[in-house]
Amino acid sequence: MSGEHASVPVAARVRRLEERLIDAGVVGQDQLDAVLAAMLKGATPLNGARIVARAWSDDGFRARLLADANAALPEVGLSMKGGIQEQRLKVVANTPHAHNVLVCTLCSCYPIGLLGPSPSWYKSEAYRSRVVREPRAVLAEFGLHLPDDTAITVWDSSAESRYLVLPRRPDGTGGLSEPELAALVTREGLIGTAAV
Amino acid sequence: MSRVNDVGGQTGFGALEIEADEPPFHADWEARVFALNSVLVRNGVYRLDEFRDTVERLPPADYLAASYYERWLAAIETLLERRGVGTGD
Repeated sequence: MSGEHASVPVAARVRRLEERLIDAGVVGQDQLDAVLAAMLKGATPLNGARIVARAWSDDGFRARLLADANAALPEVGLSMKGGIQEQRLKVVANTPHAHNVLVCTLCSCYPIGLLGPSPSWYKSEAYRSRVVREPRAVLAEFGLHLPDDTAITVWDSSAESRYLVLPRRPDGTGGLSEPELAALVTREGLIGTAAV
Repeated sequence: MSRVNDVGGQTGFGALEIEADEPPFHADWEARVFALNSVLVRNGVYRLDEFRDTVERLPPADYLAASYYERWLAAIETLLERRGVGTGD
């Protein structure tokens, strides 16, 4: 049976596998639909943006977030328990002289619940291999040109650990509400391949 | 001993390809593979660490030739065959 894999289009191969597992009672169609719907609906960079907006607005929350992110997330109605297993989260803050960026050199570990599904480039061999060797050049390819005296720390995720970047609050945003601040935050800012 | 997936610091993988406004999945089958893996782990058919290990143990040439979710599919099939789950037609 394995021998036919190469000749069967991948979509048909997946459909067959799914049908076999449903017929055998190993998985339920309703289970599959529910998992996918929950991920597509609940896992979005809006979650990460909300965390950042709160941290920019509330110094106490910021301190708690940086000290123990898992314990602080419930304050904004989020948690790291939503996936298959709870992950340890560390939030790393950018400063005027220090920038942070995330990678998973081994594969694709990523805070999906806070950022949504990861982009293809994050999972690519090019990004995984290069960002730990030449982060400044990689960030420049994203259009993020950091001064030479800005230190860059690359955080390599693992099976049990996840990271999230806390970008610097942009100048001139003093009067903005939390939702307005959250709207400024991008997925790339939360990964560290953009400033905000 | 490092495996083929341990690419940190290696050279030769080329420039980044950054896709603007990328959708969560590029094909319906990718979403199905994502959901299958989640449910198989939740239902206790195999564990997440076993899944990762199986992806990492794909033959290096296959690993590098496959797309991300093709690797997932290959690992799921390998684990199910190993357990004799859902393999009979």
